[in-house]
Amino acid sequence: MASMDAFRNNVRDWLESNCPESQRQPIIKDQQIWAGRNRSFYCYDSKLWFERMRDKGWTAPTWPIEYGGGGLTPDQAKILEQEMKALGCRPALYDIGLWMFGPALLEYGTEEQKQEHIPKIVRGEIRWAQGYSEPSAGSDLAALKTRAEDKGDHFLINGTKMWTTQGDKSDWIFCLVRTDPDAPKQQGISFLLIDMANEGGDARPMELINGDHEFCQTFFDDVKVPKKNLVGKLNDGWSVAKALLKYERNMMSIMSSIVEKEEGDIVEIAKRYVGTDSSGILTNSSVRSQLSLHLMSAQADLWSGIRLYEQHKKGLSDGGLGLTMKYMSTTEQQRKDELLLSIMGNQGLSWQNQKLSEAENKSVKNWAYNKAHTIAGGTSEIQLNIIAKKALNLPS
Amino acid sequence: MSMVLNEEQCLLEDTIRDFLSSHAPVASLRQIRDTQDELGYSDELWQQLTDLGIPSILMPEEFDGLGFGFKGLGAVMQQMGRHLTASPLFATVVLAASAIELGATEKQKQELLPKITAGQLTLSLAMDEGFHHHPLNTDVRLEDDKGKLTISGEKAFVLDGSSADSFIVLVRSFGKKGDAKGLSLVLVNRDSPGLTIERTQYMDGRNAADLIFDQVLVTENQLIGSLGEAYPILQQVLDRGVIAMSAEMLGGCQEVFERTLHYLRDREQFGVKIGTFQALQHRASMMFCQLEQSKSAVLKALSSLDSNSPDCSIQASIAKTLMNDCYQKITNEAIQMHGGMGITDELDIGLFLKRARISIQILGDSDYHKNRYAELNGY
Repeated sequence: MASMDAFRNNVRDWLESNCPESQRQPIIKDQQIWAGRNRSFYCYDSKLWFERMRDKGWTAPTWPIEYGGGGLTPDQAKILEQEMKALGCRPALYDIGLWMFGPALLEYGTEEQKQEHIPKIVRGEIRWAQGYSEPSAGSDLAALKTRAEDKGDHFLINGTKMWTTQGDKSDWIFCLVRTDPDAPKQQGISFLLIDMANEGGDARPMELINGDHEFCQTFFDDVKVPKKNLVGKLNDGWSVAKALLKYERNMMSIMSSIVEKEEGDIVEIAKRYVGTDSSGILTNSSVRSQLSLHLMSAQADLWSGIRLYEQHKKGLSDGGLGLTMKYMSTTEQQRKDELLLSIMGNQGLSWQNQKLSEAENKSVKNWAYNKAHTIAGGTSEIQLNIIAKKALNLPS
Repeated sequence: MSMVLNEEQCLLEDTIRDFLSSHAPVASLRQIRDTQDELGYSDELWQQLTDLGIPSILMPEEFDGLGFGFKGLGAVMQQMGRHLTASPLFATVVLAASAIELGATEKQKQELLPKITAGQLTLSLAMDEGFHHHPLNTDVRLEDDKGKLTISGEKAFVLDGSSADSFIVLVRSFGKKGDAKGLSLVLVNRDSPGLTIERTQYMDGRNAADLIFDQVLVTENQLIGSLGEAYPILQQVLDRGVIAMSAEMLGGCQEVFERTLHYLRDREQFGVKIGTFQALQHRASMMFCQLEQSKSAVLKALSSLDSNSPDCSIQASIAKTLMNDCYQKITNEAIQMHGGMGITDELDIGLFLKRARISIQILGDSDYHKNRYAELNGY
């Protein structure tokens, strides 16, 4: 324990002297530092902060030092996370490779693949996208059709991927592709890494209901991919994908907590829009009651996360608690969004309202965007199916 | 402090689970209900629990406390919830003994606590007035007429009220309804002249009572804590009570949920198990999510009591609100999913339904706690 306390002190000291003041403000979307060949920084401080964290390997705290990671134990990483939170430090790097693909590659990749890709992820040099869903393969992912033909020294890729997040800004994409069209659904699928700079690849942004263009439809037209880019065994991509989905669900919780910070304090917003009496009590008792229920539930969801961690640490089964987290946090986020919108009344009906603060305009956009939370990374309905089967042992 | 039980607490939970399933299955509550038992609990069972040391769970060490902490208490309360065990544990130990531990003089403690741990004294906190829990609105008066102290007024929903040997009565010495200042706690014997005890028949078969005080004479020695200064003590007592009751509700809720899952796995209609229907699976999964969330709130609240954290009141209100809503939801769904059988008295589901509604009212429903949470958070 003493060594953990010492570690905590070291971390705190380091953060205090290395995290610039401007990087201790709640993060907003435009200021996030995304990985990539065309990485950009909105200001000098954010570059400094990123580089310092990168050089410690703390962009990927638990990854092995040999690949540029921080080499921290899960307990140490938890301490780092707590101390960053306490000080209000912004995340130093955003990347799907960091959250999802990297952990899976460390689990399933060959030594050569890890050497090639992991250090670049830690260092934020490559931005990764995910190519899973297709126009006719959503929740039923195993129905995917993008074809990878064996051409001896390479695969030839043809097909279309949907919902590739920031596909147009990404450098590489990890894809599920069909390598054996005759095998039953999940058995003919492989996991392939594709450089988007290759000829024949094209990512076209789709406009979403919040006006953003975060997702792309990605087309592959005779794209050649070297065989060394196959992760896991041929036709065994489903196992890699399943491992990765686990990380994607973690990512969805990370993402909802990141978005949260952009909105400002919902209590303060409620006070401003609904009004208070002389002692600061909200005058609308229905809003007040809904607000309490939201804050209580959000708080309890946080305790669930901590309870899950404590149970894992003690080597205890979580009894299905982990399976509830994605459903609960995303549902709660949407409840909050709806509450916020109704609190703001007619002021919350536009995202180009000059009278609103930037944070308020963002809140309205988030309300629309966050509809994605209960769909992406396994819809709520799929989550409930999984809970029924795995946690409740209900018959199928 | 961790939300997970330590080894001793796990052992305690196992012991109490085994004991209650053999000595106090749900059937024994039925018997208490059907015979309209005077006590509303089994004294034999309480003596056995006393032999196991259960009333000493929370006691300070100098009174032979067992040091299991609130998480230990929570584990016991959960098991009692699962078995619908009627016992004086909540009213006598969690509420009254806490008031004594936190507010009484050394002399009072020496006199009262050993009797409680020995199972020789049962107490009850007489607090609510009117239809809803709202301690600040206490209006039963402690009049001081030149040193002569009398209590007058009516108390309602006094748990174990028809059997308790004595009451700790929340009274107003000065100030008006809503004031925190002016509240006092007074220990009053059930045989005191001027005190009328009217047993109420609530639907959970346990005993409770309304108390009518008509110039009941008391002395300064009967005060628990200082005159007019009871509120800070009461807050702590109620936080403990709210959290312990939430733990009981968690146990009851888990039990009724598991029984429902069992039914979904077994019951056949249209030639298949009804648990194969997605319409029921999704509802069951949503219940599970809500139950796990409430469980986190309860475990967090118990551990915040153990670490004597300054946010105990906030955690208490979160736990009770979420648990109230969860127990209400899950008992309703349990009835619905059991179909016609769910509304028969033959099945135990109805017993959980009724206990749920009573425990929702004990120490504050969700409206009360959402309001309290808002006040504590300054909105």
